[in-house]
Amino acid sequence: MQRSFLMKNPSIMVFLAVLALFTIVVTIGSEAFGAGFVSTSFVKTLGKTLCLALVAVAMDLVWGYAGILSLGHFAFFGLGGYMIGMWLMYERTKEIVAASMAEAPIPPTPQEIVDGIGTQIFGVVGSAEFPVIWAFADSLFLQLVLVVAVPGLLALIFGWLAFRSRVTGVYLSILTQAMTLALSLYLFQNDSGLRGNNGLSGLQNLPGLDDISQDFVSMWFFWGSALALALGYVFAAWIVSGKFGSVLRGIRDNEARVRFLGYSVEGYKLFLFTVTAMIAGVAGALYYPQAGIINPAEIAPIASIYLAVWVAIGGRGRLYGAVIGAVFVSLVSTFFTGGQAPDIDLGFYRIQWVDWWTILLGLSFVLVTLFAPQGMGGLFDLITGRRHPERHGADLGPDKGSLQEEEAER
Amino acid sequence: MSQLLEVNGISVTFDGFRAINNLSFNIGPAELRAIIGPNGAGKTTFMDIVTGKTKPDEGKVLWGDMSRNLVGMNEARIAQEGIGRKFQKPTVFEDQSVEENLLMALRNARGAFSVLFWRPTDADMTRVRELAAEIGLANELSRKSGELSHGQKQWLEIGMLLAQEPKLLLVDEPAAGMTPEEREHTTDILVEAAKTRAVVVVEHDMEFVRRLNCKVTVLHEGSVLAEGSLDHVTANQQVIDVYLGR
Ligand SMILES: Nc1ncnc2c1ncn2[C@@H]1O[C@H](COP(=O)(O)OP(=O)(O)OP(=O)(O)O)[C@@H](O)[C@H]1O
Ligand SMILES: [Mg+2]
Repeated sequence: MQRSFLMKNPSIMVFLAVLALFTIVVTIGSEAFGAGFVSTSFVKTLGKTLCLALVAVAMDLVWGYAGILSLGHFAFFGLGGYMIGMWLMYERTKEIVAASMAEAPIPPTPQEIVDGIGTQIFGVVGSAEFPVIWAFADSLFLQLVLVVAVPGLLALIFGWLAFRSRVTGVYLSILTQAMTLALSLYLFQNDSGLRGNNGLSGLQNLPGLDDISQDFVSMWFFWGSALALALGYVFAAWIVSGKFGSVLRGIRDNEARVRFLGYSVEGYKLFLFTVTAMIAGVAGALYYPQAGIINPAEIAPIASIYLAVWVAIGGRGRLYGAVIGAVFVSLVSTFFTGGQAPDIDLGFYRIQWVDWWTILLGLSFVLVTLFAPQGMGGLFDLITGRRHPERHGADLGPDKGSLQEEEAER
Repeated sequence: MSQLLEVNGISVTFDGFRAINNLSFNIGPAELRAIIGPNGAGKTTFMDIVTGKTKPDEGKVLWGDMSRNLVGMNEARIAQEGIGRKFQKPTVFEDQSVEENLLMALRNARGAFSVLFWRPTDADMTRVRELAAEIGLANELSRKSGELSHGQKQWLEIGMLLAQEPKLLLVDEPAAGMTPEEREHTTDILVEAAKTRAVVVVEHDMEFVRRLNCKVTVLHEGSVLAEGSLDHVTANQQVIDVYLGR
């Protein structure tokens, strides 16, 4: 059954093979295990890129397949990061506090240690109390559960409210963007319980593993990210492979028609929205320990818009397109904004890529939308000869997917 | 009296315009019924109300042995109750193959979780091939339905309707854009389907209605103007005035 599923979708095998090859090459080239031509900081960049590819796959499921242009998936991504960040920061601070108190003449009580951690973590926002949301911060297991549960629950509640009222299209996008904005503004507040605009930091240090250098830690996270992307990709491909995928694409193209076939469109959207929010949470939980820091600016609506841009440039409605878009655009973006790209001196004006990159990206987005709606993934159609229906004339009416003018005349 | 569908005093107003005006009539369990009437008579609106797309301002639509009121149920629920619909403009999923369209329509569990784990059995595939043969698309199964001709799309939609195995089929202008031979074939399919279920056909083409050879309801300005055999209603002076004479 599983076998035949992979056999029927050769693109999955190709993708997994490419990902495996990439992982091996990076491992061989890493400073930890091999030749050292891939620096540890670049391993982190690549690991983070794989996480971005995973969230792009989630975005492609909701947008490319089901037609829901969500501008909230980077918020779910950030929430996943915050959830794992809480544990990392708590445990790490606990080690430091315990070590400093161990020198005191009277051994500290557990309560004194907890208070010490509180002062350390929340000192920057003028507090020492642990907010309720940190209740489980000392349990890795529970925080890992929250990595999927918090984004999932938020998506479930939000989606239930939005889909039930049949909000669609642009209005839904605006609504998801409002949710994202509200969340990031809330997190910016000092009393949000997550250290306001300071965010959570020092996440690259794994508690109890001080002796192990970042060369190795970065590789662990890189492998973890590669594995998560592989599993996420296969899972997404499985979701869209059968009738469920048919229904999703039907919802994208003509949701009213899907209803008349007896499918509860709202239920499908809610299911997909929630599941992809969870995938985004997992991706975020792997991303931020590699980034080392998370703050509310990461969750700002612009991040979710970028996510949509990646998927559009890579090619909506095909999973490898989303991956290509995320990897390509985010790496090129790192190149340009990291100051590696040489400025171009035109004599009268100096093009500084740090500023001009955003404009270049925006322009490519517009061009892709207008002239190559299939995105970069569309290039593969040239090889495989995949075709889209040949349509003639303009739409006859408001029902999309219905007859078009010239067809009716024939 | 056991009726399958009982439309009871429904009215609907769009921006002050009364599209359906105190409309009442019944459909039996295995009945073929044609609905005719001038443009704007409210034929499509009637189907919209039965399938839950439009909410009537007043009146009831009673369904089945239990006489449950369909008004207030959502579209998916009504479809699950066993009412299938073909639209005036053929609406198939153009980006998907004929086979995928038929599989989606096939009568099976509709819930998200059961669909997620559902994979077609041999019986399902056989049924799809049977249906495709019946609607003359046996050789087009793997083609994107967007590439089909207008008439073929009409048929695909009829095929999807049959695949749902509904108790009541609402068919809006099935013959539009078909060649005479295709029309004849469509009549055969509908007459055949009506042997085991109720079929309501809206059509302007009188030849087509005549071949259906069934009871005819004439709608005008949102209510029933006449009802009976085709010869009976076409002899009616009012019907001639508002519809046939024009
Ligand atoms: N959603 C709507 N909003 C406003 N007016 C509507 C709406 N739907 C239908 N109408 C009006 O109600 C009247 C009945 O329309 P309906 O489509 O039911 O007619 P019909 O009998 O199907 O006609 P035709 O033979 O042209 O298909 C028309 O005047 C139409 O303009
Ligand atoms: Mg009509």
